Amino acid sequence: MKKLVSIAMAALLVAVAGCSGGGQSSAPAGTTDSAASGEKVTLTYALWDKNQMPAMEEMAKKFNEKNPNVDIKIELTPNKQYWTKMEAAATGGTLPDIFWINGPRIIKYADNDMLLPITDQIKADGIDLNNYPKALVDLYTYDGQNYALPKDFDTIGLWYNKKLFDDAKVPYPDETWDWNKLKEVAKQLTDEKKGVWGIAAPPYGQDGFYNTILQNGGYIISEDKKTSGYDKPETIEGLKFWTDLINEKASPTAAQLSETEATQLFESGKIAMMYNGSWMASAFHKNEYTKDKVDVTYLPKGKENTSVIHGLGNVISANTKHPKEAWEFVKFLGSKEGAEILAKSGAAIPAFNGTQDTWMQSMPNFHLKIFIDQAAVAKPYPISKDTAKWAKLETELMTKAWAGQMSVEDASKELAQKMNEMLSQE
Amino acid sequence: MNAMSSQLQPEMHAAVQPKTNKSLNRMKRSDWFWAYLMIAPTLIGLGVFYLWPIVQTIYLSFTKWGGFGKYKWAGLHNYELLLKDPNLWIALKNTLIYTVIAVPVGIAISIFIAVLLNQKIKGISIYRTLYFLPVVTMAAAVAMVWRWLYNADYGLINYLLGSIGIEGPRWISDPAIALYAVIIVAVWSSIGYNMVIFLAGLQGIPRSYYEAAEIDGAGPVRMFFKITLPLLTPSIFFVSITSLIGAFQVFDLIYLMLGSKMGNPATEQTQTMAYLFFTNGFESGNGGYAAAVAVVLLVMILIVTAIQMKLQKKWVHYD
Repeated sequence: MKKLVSIAMAALLVAVAGCSGGGQSSAPAGTTDSAASGEKVTLTYALWDKNQMPAMEEMAKKFNEKNPNVDIKIELTPNKQYWTKMEAAATGGTLPDIFWINGPRIIKYADNDMLLPITDQIKADGIDLNNYPKALVDLYTYDGQNYALPKDFDTIGLWYNKKLFDDAKVPYPDETWDWNKLKEVAKQLTDEKKGVWGIAAPPYGQDGFYNTILQNGGYIISEDKKTSGYDKPETIEGLKFWTDLINEKASPTAAQLSETEATQLFESGKIAMMYNGSWMASAFHKNEYTKDKVDVTYLPKGKENTSVIHGLGNVISANTKHPKEAWEFVKFLGSKEGAEILAKSGAAIPAFNGTQDTWMQSMPNFHLKIFIDQAAVAKPYPISKDTAKWAKLETELMTKAWAGQMSVEDASKELAQKMNEMLSQE
Repeated sequence: MNAMSSQLQPEMHAAVQPKTNKSLNRMKRSDWFWAYLMIAPTLIGLGVFYLWPIVQTIYLSFTKWGGFGKYKWAGLHNYELLLKDPNLWIALKNTLIYTVIAVPVGIAISIFIAVLLNQKIKGISIYRTLYFLPVVTMAAAVAMVWRWLYNADYGLINYLLGSIGIEGPRWISDPAIALYAVIIVAVWSSIGYNMVIFLAGLQGIPRSYYEAAEIDGAGPVRMFFKITLPLLTPSIFFVSITSLIGAFQVFDLIYLMLGSKMGNPATEQTQTMAYLFFTNGFESGNGGYAAAVAVVLLVMILIVTAIQMKLQKKWVHYD
């Protein structure tokens, strides 16, 4: 009996060892296989947004119809783990052939030779980069080389709850509003007894203080990416816009907003206005409460009419075995035909100029045109080679300023000093 | 592990004994072979997944990280930075507070509940299951539910407090309270696991001791302190070592309950060593520095565990 057990155990061991060995060897075998045969090619395409999966699958299918020798395998990784996974893959030399990239990562990946520059291909195939917003093309240009074809973009608007405005008999916000008007109405709409606030002022960058900093003539990072703009009085004033709203009790406190997110409060009718991105449109469109009770308009004007724009790009891994096929697919993703597919799904604003109408029509009850208009005057999302390092510090210090643990000036100046130190080491 | 080998040993000896001396030697050799084969998976796993990474981490703590696995030798630079980092002292303080409160309180409550659940009462297995449930629940789910319970404006706890006229605190966004709010959840979720070990320990105590004590006229309290507690010390020792190590490494509950990107004013004042490691290593891509934090934590755990091992002779009774 004992002998039988031990033999069984040993067999199990061998089986386990065999399995893991087999698993490891099968992955590279698959890729070399297709390379050797030269006919059938499988490309992996990594992305992080579940909402855009159907559109991406359809694009892959359409592409496969035209290029029957190329199969696209889509790998979905949730946003939270995406960059951790990509970093490990890049370190181990196993990046997917094509993948989504965002502004904060582009220089880091390009500078470390992880990406295939596509400037020559763009020229050879006569692709007109004027088809995309200039800010996005610039975002993905590094050292004079293009690295990505823009996929989509997002801009920021002022979302508001029509019902709360109606109840208070206040006219809806429009393009004539400026900062003062916003503050005035936000205070007017706040009703502490009912637990309703005029606006939400969380310490967020892209859908928050980045916009007011830029509108006030300040900046987050200089154009040469060498210095921080956080010690400029214009920047500090742009930050105070938000802390004033909290101090004047027109917004929940930073602590409250950390326990219940601003979007949650907005979706339950506790907040009359909030700065938020075009990416919220499809969520608000599906939500039972917000579907016909909210709308969106232009951000209130500061000294300058601007806001921040960000967008994703499709990039090719530098060590892909099939650079030619990968480029063909990226070209298709960035084409008008690809953009139309994304537009119809409503999940994101396609970057290809002219296809945005389709996106707007997918959700007719919101004035989505403001997001497209905004793109024309928007400034690129601030990035440097290692954005993650100072972005974390930015969150930490701004949280302190928002919570009143530090004055806005002190937090901003400390951030500038440390950020300059980090930038000088990049 | 120990329980396993002590169970196996008598059987093996039984198999060996009838043989002659010569074959006994051969048998022994083949026993050794099988024994090592059996522990090989664990041993290899231990080497590959625990020991080698420790060596690597120590090495990496002397390097400067450049992303994508590129690093260069930096000597003691990371440790110099670490000593100057105010976050280190906050993290050390919080880790110690957390450990000093969570471990003893968790053990005391677990013993209390284990003794209660060691009685013959109706539906005992239902109670045992209920107390064990948090252990098999994912930390993420636990944290989400407690986040809601703790919500100062819309949460259940403050609602109940409010209904008896008490204004509840901002549990997870007030820097002065957040750490203790996390400790409450940690103790709550550790009870089930500890309780099972204590239950096993309690059932190993012979009934005859209690019968003898009863004849001598001892009450239940006296019996608990004179019989139960001393004979439970091996279990208490085991639980205190494992929960101490766990407490030093606390991360998931804090990360999930306080959130790192929500702009929570309490996060910085509530960070622990493992949290400091995570934010540096995975959020700012500062691998070398994070490795140095991990090494400091490793040394702390080693020292405290060594002290515990030394002290066990004084209070742990093996019968």
